[in-house]
Amino acid sequence: MGSEHGHDHEHDHGDWPYPHPKQPDLEDGPLTHHMAMTEAVAELLIDKGIFSADEFRRQLELMDSKSPAEGARMVARAWADPDFKAHMLEDVNAAAKEMDIDAGGIPIMAVENTPDVHNVIVCTLCSCYPRNLIGLPPDWYKSRAYRSRMVREPRAVLAEFGTVLPDDVEIRVHDSTADLRYLVIPRRPEGTEGMDEEALTALVTRDSLIGVTHLKTE
Amino acid sequence: MTARYSVGDKVRVRRADPPGHVRTPTFIRDHAGTVTKVVGSFANPEELAYGRPGTPKQTLYWVQFPQTELWPDYQGGLKDTSVVDVYESWLDSAEEGA
Amino acid sequence: MRRHHDMGGQDAGPVDPAEHNHAPWEKRVDAIMRLVGDEKRQLLRVDELRRGIEELGPGVYDELNYYERWISSITNILIEKGVISIDELGRRMEDVKARWEASP
Repeated sequence: MGSEHGHDHEHDHGDWPYPHPKQPDLEDGPLTHHMAMTEAVAELLIDKGIFSADEFRRQLELMDSKSPAEGARMVARAWADPDFKAHMLEDVNAAAKEMDIDAGGIPIMAVENTPDVHNVIVCTLCSCYPRNLIGLPPDWYKSRAYRSRMVREPRAVLAEFGTVLPDDVEIRVHDSTADLRYLVIPRRPEGTEGMDEEALTALVTRDSLIGVTHLKTE
Repeated sequence: MTARYSVGDKVRVRRADPPGHVRTPTFIRDHAGTVTKVVGSFANPEELAYGRPGTPKQTLYWVQFPQTELWPDYQGGLKDTSVVDVYESWLDSAEEGA
Repeated sequence: MRRHHDMGGQDAGPVDPAEHNHAPWEKRVDAIMRLVGDEKRQLLRVDELRRGIEELGPGVYDELNYYERWISSITNILIEKGVISIDELGRRMEDVKARWEASP
């Protein structure tokens, strides 16, 4: 509809950002070629009825609702409840549902750190990440340095994150290449025996769920 | 679908260098490892990437490699490993006498 | 020969821990991909997205940032599939730029 010519009709594109007051922190640069492409593609897909402005807005909201807090809640439950941990190790997506968390359709595998094994996650081919459970990946996870080096010199990369492990602990690097995503269950810090799940949840960091750090005992 | 390999089997990632979209990273090709999980069957990404349905499905495995197998000059613990998700078509048996 | 995106084991410098909040346009790229690739639409598989990114070639891959690679790949594939035309895309991008210029 009406996309061939300069259209002066009012667009119904939901919370359309352009024109809008530019947001100084996030968009103080010029409108780049790729930003214009993004807006144009979104508008055209909406005009063609591929998706509605409403669906688009809801998708953006859904993404904003994902954060490491969901993964952290699951880990705290796993620490507190061995049955839940067993369920999580068997099927993260189903275990998430038990907690009313939607982990999405891509299978997520939980890997548990123990005194003998420390797991860490990378995607050398692109940037696969358990985003449906812990949100969008940090920049460094997508970086050439992380993707290149983690499989070859994991101890050096971990040391850059302040994580140093003895040589008799197996560092197990999971390269998430295709149809699976990974989530690390970090070791429960010592001295937390009396804590309830909420307090435990607050201890779990995003980086510990990727495996680049472990949780301090202090 | 029947999985060709079982947990504990020694396998070697096929040496191949085709153009196009593949999900088997170069750093494990022509290296031997051990199957640690038979994950299930998945549509073949080498087909899906070109808009085709990805059939027949492929069995996906976890293959664990000692770091010292992948990197002869590996600096770190001798127990350190990498675990990679690998599709069956990329694996040959590396069992003795296979 | 090893392809550019297949970088496991290559030499590289230290990991830069700096992070940025995703800009609104980056989230919009992400949302477009989720929608065109979802069960309901199935217009574009993540495997196709990855292939499209790999085919941008080494120079472009390094030059563009993450979501620039994504929107480039998404757009190329939607054109290939005939979902959007080059003509309407070119016109609409100019239109978006004009609205940006006119905004306060």
